[in-house]
Amino acid sequence: GPLSERPLMEVRLGELHTWISTCDFSPQGLLGAVQRAWSSYCAKYIHVKQGGPAGISMLLAGYCLLSYGWNYQHFKRHRWRKYH
Amino acid sequence: MLSRLVLRAAPAALRALPPPVAVGVLHTTRPLHTTQQSLAPVPPLPEKGGEVRHGFIPEEFFQFLYPKTGVTGPYMLGTGLLLYLLSKEIYVVNHETAAAACILAVIVYGIKKFGPDVAAFADKLNEEKVSAAQAMKDETMRALQTAIEEEKKEQWRVEGRTYLFDAKRNNIAMLLETNYRERLMMVYNEVKKRLDYQVALQALKRQKEQDHMIQWVEKNVIQSITPQQQKESIAKCILDLKALSKSAHAAV
Repeated sequence: GPLSERPLMEVRLGELHTWISTCDFSPQGLLGAVQRAWSSYCAKYIHVKQGGPAGISMLLAGYCLLSYGWNYQHFKRHRWRKYH
Repeated sequence: MLSRLVLRAAPAALRALPPPVAVGVLHTTRPLHTTQQSLAPVPPLPEKGGEVRHGFIPEEFFQFLYPKTGVTGPYMLGTGLLLYLLSKEIYVVNHETAAAACILAVIVYGIKKFGPDVAAFADKLNEEKVSAAQAMKDETMRALQTAIEEEKKEQWRVEGRTYLFDAKRNNIAMLLETNYRERLMMVYNEVKKRLDYQVALQALKRQKEQDHMIQWVEKNVIQSITPQQQKESIAKCILDLKALSKSAHAAV
């Protein structure tokens, strides 16, 4: 289909720049994008008849990574070595 | 998933058309519950979710790297990344690492041991809900089916209307006929009564006249018998009797 309508996973690396330029960065557009991403994630991993640990564990892993990233400055102080 | 997008887009597209066209289009594009295109029965949930390896890495990642790096590519990437983060201390090992490791071990052990049982229990709950709904649906279907048959029967009964009305018409004709004949009979009786009365009247009159005349004649005759005639008739009778007795005596 046309470039602006394709989801991110089907966009090639070379076309990424043009794809980003076609994106809608207004608040409604961003909100819509977030909603679409969330609903597609739910439809794929959570709203299934026989889901496994995959659905929540991915969310938890993402939460762990995010919280580590937010507290990185605090963790940097507890390094074991001075020179890497 | 794309089918679900299509299903979600269809009502909006239908609403965009002007109402009469939308209604017409609705009738043509939405034969109720006969084809796959109908909106009403929601498509069922997929059986299994997206494939995931080791619990939290989607399979698509491995497929994405397979053409260029083969099977071991993502694992090499993971190992290299891990060693890089540890050596550069971008990931700092502290007490939370130990805690995370313990928690992860416990969680993995719990899932491996109790996962299937919990899954079976949840499946049983789902199954009960679905079977209850299905039973209700079957019940309503059966009820509607019997209602349809009853309706068809009623429609068949309606065809007997003509016979019913014929019978009623016959009844009414019979009643009218009976009534007419009764009245005819009544008229005949009444007329006969009147005529009988006249006849009886005339008969009575004649009878009375006859009696009266006989009486009058008898009275006049008795009056006309003078005493002298009476004597003569008695003497004649005695003579006749004597003659008769003589003849009878002779016969004996």
